[in-house]
Amino acid sequence: MTVIGQTPVELLLGCTAVLFGLSMLSITVGRRLATPLVYGGCLLVCLAGLAIALGHLLGATGGDSTAILPLGLPWVGARFRLDALASVFLVVVNLGAAAASLYAIGYGRHEPEPRRVLPFYPAFLAAMNLVILADDAFSFLVAWEVMSLSSWALVMAHHREADNRRAGYIYLVMASFGALCLLLAFGLLAGPGGGYSFDAMRAQASPPVLSALVLSLVVLGAGSKAGLVPLHVWLPLAHPAAPSHVSALMSGVMTKVAVYAFVRIVFDLLGPPSPWWSLLILTLGGVTTVLGILYALMQTDLKRMLAYSTVENVGIIFIGLGLGLAFKAQHMSWAAALAVTAALFHVFNHSLFKSLLFFGAGAVQGATGERDMERLGGLIGRMPQTALAFLVGCVAISALPPLNGFASEWLAFQAILLSPQLQAPALKIMVPAVGALLALAAALTAAAFVRTYGIAFLGRPRSATAETARETDRWSLAAMFLLATLCLLAGVLPGLVIDALAPAVGGLVGAHMPNQMAQPWLSIVPVAQSRSSYNGLLVLVFITASASLAAFAIHRLASRAVRRAPAWDGGYPEMSPATQYTAGSFAQPIRRVFASIVFRARDEVTMPPPGDLAPARFRLELHDPVWETLYAPIAGAVGYVADRLNHLQFLTIRVYLSLVFLALVGLLLVLAVWI
Amino acid sequence: MTGLSFDVAHLLAGGLVLASFMLLYQDRLSALVNMFALHAVVLSLSVAWQALIQHAPHLYVTAAIALVFKAMIIPTALHRIIKRLGIHREIENVVGVGPTMLAGIGLVALAMVVMLRVAPGGDRLAGEDLAFALSVVLLGLLIMVTRRNAVSLVIGFMSLENGLVLAATGAKGMPLVVEISVAFSVLIAFIVIGVFLFRIRERFDTVDVSALDRFREARK
Repeated sequence: MTVIGQTPVELLLGCTAVLFGLSMLSITVGRRLATPLVYGGCLLVCLAGLAIALGHLLGATGGDSTAILPLGLPWVGARFRLDALASVFLVVVNLGAAAASLYAIGYGRHEPEPRRVLPFYPAFLAAMNLVILADDAFSFLVAWEVMSLSSWALVMAHHREADNRRAGYIYLVMASFGALCLLLAFGLLAGPGGGYSFDAMRAQASPPVLSALVLSLVVLGAGSKAGLVPLHVWLPLAHPAAPSHVSALMSGVMTKVAVYAFVRIVFDLLGPPSPWWSLLILTLGGVTTVLGILYALMQTDLKRMLAYSTVENVGIIFIGLGLGLAFKAQHMSWAAALAVTAALFHVFNHSLFKSLLFFGAGAVQGATGERDMERLGGLIGRMPQTALAFLVGCVAISALPPLNGFASEWLAFQAILLSPQLQAPALKIMVPAVGALLALAAALTAAAFVRTYGIAFLGRPRSATAETARETDRWSLAAMFLLATLCLLAGVLPGLVIDALAPAVGGLVGAHMPNQMAQPWLSIVPVAQSRSSYNGLLVLVFITASASLAAFAIHRLASRAVRRAPAWDGGYPEMSPATQYTAGSFAQPIRRVFASIVFRARDEVTMPPPGDLAPARFRLELHDPVWETLYAPIAGAVGYVADRLNHLQFLTIRVYLSLVFLALVGLLLVLAVWI
Repeated sequence: MTGLSFDVAHLLAGGLVLASFMLLYQDRLSALVNMFALHAVVLSLSVAWQALIQHAPHLYVTAAIALVFKAMIIPTALHRIIKRLGIHREIENVVGVGPTMLAGIGLVALAMVVMLRVAPGGDRLAGEDLAFALSVVLLGLLIMVTRRNAVSLVIGFMSLENGLVLAATGAKGMPLVVEISVAFSVLIAFIVIGVFLFRIRERFDTVDVSALDRFREARK
């Protein structure tokens, strides 16, 4: 496909150049003009990028498009390639970015300090595009770092709050750690010959020990960006700290770029997998899903809850990828195709509904100034359209049919059901266990989003600001409804998405799922009609028909019997909003069952003695197991060593010179003895 | 002819090491500066000899640079500084002369062992040349470590640089650009350090660098 004499990859590089240009432009133009100009420009450029990537994906029959720019390492150049996998992820990135830009045209107007956001936003988008386009380790890492740093700058946009500064600091530390791991992984992949282009890495076969090391490094590097437990600690701090459209991008899109890095290296560059790899990935994925959603259930901050739910969804994606690795190692490429399709489908779906939910949270925050669920409530009457869009997002992420979350999680379960055909006994035990974790997580997700929606949108307002909330602007609503529609479409017509993913999956595992659009009645069939099939359209029709029928029946038969009477007050004649269910009380049963062990949750009620007029006190204590067992000791050790080394800063000049001298003599002695 | 030319080259390189030992031994500033001038003269002789036997005319330029800058201009300037600061009588010894000389001998031995082991199969004479150069570098560092006066630090640094030039000219084919840039960097370092000397003097009434340490409240 060539347009105006350019290959698709050149056009996409042009798009990123325009984005960097917008970044520069935002500094020079006036304050009032900058916001619509930058976001409008980003919207158009991302739509163009989306069209190019989608065109390449749908029209692609193996025709990769490459470009080499005379930048970067002199003997490698900056190589870029657009293949099917890259175009899948470019669709995800540019769709999310276009929606976020559309949303931000309205939302960005309320930004108190737009100059802290505008220059970094287009750079962030461009860097994510470049990471996916990169075809050599150097360009990849440079783009990856630009992505990390620009998103860090966006996290620090509201730097006057101490929490945000702490989030930014932890993010920066974790991002550097991840980049270091990826750097080492690429170094090992390049081998002693220093073949830093991806082509050279593909051609080179690594010995098993080296592959294992590369896999571990990639899990650490890409996993820390994606938010795998226990590397997730920065994510729920940093994602909510950014402005909401950036939160949506970080949660919905940037984690997918990390998934891309994992897929690109492990499936594409690293050569044939060993069976035990999948054990590692499946374990991490399973733990991540359940812990992520348990964390989410404990949160009362709306955006932080969404960020933890991102952790959970990244776990689901990694379960799919782990299954894909397991099947690929056993040469069951048809089953691997199913598992990887489920993972990539979930990548796409999660980018849709997580962006949608963050937009909703941003709209709520803009309207009420609150992120704490305990101070929201009753918004469905005050922001009906936001509430509708948010509801669609909640239903989709809870994996309820006929929306898209169900389709991809159903595919993941279908892949899990194929596990008895695996040869390795460890996997035979492991995969059903992971399936159980996935099922548990799916149920907990539904509980978490019922809680979120119920507390934030239903009931009565718990604060004055929630009571006076007004509907958000039209741009934001347009973005939300766009994503909600896409969620519904992808849920009703999953076959379209699966077929579009087929070339990318085929490139990764050597096979792809059967052509879904050829199935009768728009059903999707993972393996064979006799085993299982799912028809989103049928479910939608059934739900619509039964709901309409029920509504019709109720209205025809029951509404005549309307009588107005005071609502039953359950014995509390004075109804205050404080007597409603709270986010904390809704989560209490789950907290009792699961979190008392995992988070050592203790709740304590102090009742005043009879006759005392003091209020009763309720105190909830939660411990973060990952932070306390892993990160706090590391932070302590680093602090201790830094304190000891601090004395080196206050030595005399001669002692410094002597240190240099002694180091030199020591090295020479080593040389003299060693050689 | 080759035997004789290498012998002379060796003699001159060994002379440079000997001059370094003399620098190490001197603890009076004026004498130290004179010794440095001698050091530079030996260096320029050595470089000129290399130019002769390697048929590399550009090395004459290097020798001339060494002679003019390091043997004349810099010592003269240092003498003037010492006179203006009135520190020509100052005696400074952090570590006693005996231990310093012993350490110096140890360093030369270390340089020999390292160099001869690194290039066992190569030219034995070239290896010894490099060993001499490394000794001069190490002795220059030792001077910097064992002295307290800022002027002697400068001299230690410059004798170290002389060792680098010796190593570079001993190896064939080093371009003139590199030498010129090295020479200039040394000149600039000299100017900067000279300026600093006066600034230190202005502020602390001494060029003893331990005054700086007191100012920084060094924590031991």
